[in-house]
Amino acid sequence: MTAQFEPKIVAYVCNWCTYLGADLAGTNRLEYPPNVRILRLPCTGRIDFNLIVKAFEMGADAVLVSGCHPGDCHYTAGNYHARRRWMLFRRLLDTLGIETERVHFAWISAAEGKKWQQVIGEITEKTRQMGPYAAYQELSEAAK
Amino acid sequence: MTEPGAMTQRLRETCRRLLEEGKVQVVIGWGGAGRLASPTQAESPAPLSFPTQAEPHAPLSGTPAPRPVFITRAEDAEKLEWNDRCFANLTVYLTRKEVKALGKAAVVVKGCDERSLVVLEKESQIERGSLHAIGMVCEGVGTPREAKCAGCEVRVPRFADETIGEAEGAAASATAVASRLDGLMAKSPAERWAFWTAEFARCVKCYACRQVCPLCYCERCIADKNRPVAIETSASARGNFAWHITRAFHLAARCIGCGECSRACPAGIPLGLLNQSLAQATEEDFGYRPGMDPKAEPVFGNWSPADKEDFIR
Repeated sequence: MTAQFEPKIVAYVCNWCTYLGADLAGTNRLEYPPNVRILRLPCTGRIDFNLIVKAFEMGADAVLVSGCHPGDCHYTAGNYHARRRWMLFRRLLDTLGIETERVHFAWISAAEGKKWQQVIGEITEKTRQMGPYAAYQELSEAAK
Repeated sequence: MTEPGAMTQRLRETCRRLLEEGKVQVVIGWGGAGRLASPTQAESPAPLSFPTQAEPHAPLSGTPAPRPVFITRAEDAEKLEWNDRCFANLTVYLTRKEVKALGKAAVVVKGCDERSLVVLEKESQIERGSLHAIGMVCEGVGTPREAKCAGCEVRVPRFADETIGEAEGAAASATAVASRLDGLMAKSPAERWAFWTAEFARCVKCYACRQVCPLCYCERCIADKNRPVAIETSASARGNFAWHITRAFHLAARCIGCGECSRACPAGIPLGLLNQSLAQATEEDFGYRPGMDPKAEPVFGNWSPADKEDFIR
């Protein structure tokens, strides 16, 4: 019996919306794959691009960045600043040949436990099909 | 058209006058025989060879390019030079403590270097009023010309306090060349990954790309912070990717494309391609070109509800 590949997914979420959305999914007993590791930060505006790089360095197969919907940011505009940053950061990843399909972005509010469940389900399934992020993991292997 | 020799004379006179009148305490210009010319000026075999199959390291030519000089006495104005090998973007020195300590500075700029003055002022790193900019009308640098000189729109400096050279016949030269970037982006992501893996394999993390960049002025670079270590310090494959991603992205929507990073790289890594790609995206998405319009709002630090979000669920 061959073990099924279980992707490691790192989710950077904001404290005010997506973290509470994930919490709501839990209290509502909505099941979602246990492949996701949730890291809570104050705001999507706080999520430095180096954190995404770091996740891949440490063996993540996919990364999710999620926060409040536009207009809902606890700090008024953190998510707007983040959105701009990700527009350009995706281009840099693409230029380097880093698989942009492994970097996901979402707006998930505190009321969207259901959406959290769906998004995590989709990302897990997609990453499972793509397989481990061997290219980046080889970099780390070489570093040992 | 003014001959380069005549422009050098005028530059020296200007420098002498500024120092004699006490308008500035130091003139930052190009002069003397310094380091060898741009790596793209290929002639003789490379003095160093690196294990690469992607792009052989472009050898240094035998023609010395004037190096940066700091003139503090009027009689030293003779050391200044102007020719088509004045590659260096001298604005990098304006934010350095040691240079600031010399007093009010005059800096000699080409039209392209001047763009970094605009960005530095926007980012409150320099006070334009306490700085004297000497603009040089430029026909392009390098033989053959550097890639950035094709389609140059800023041959005549626009904001300099005084400009040397004739603006006549200074029309932009043709269109930009189909760049190396287009070739890179036409490849598949896996091929691009392989390209950069091979290029970065030569990186020794000397950080010349950082030191030479006029817009990398942080007093303490994130790469030097060790509590915690944000960027892996070793020159391993992983550490090199971490560094080059950081360097490129910290210049996103700020880089003015002077190309000094590529020129300074002792391993011949075409770092400027990453910046060019980001500059292209910045223009496509925001219509912003750093350092072109002093009135334009920078991309980062601002936002618009209309920003596209087709990549967000």
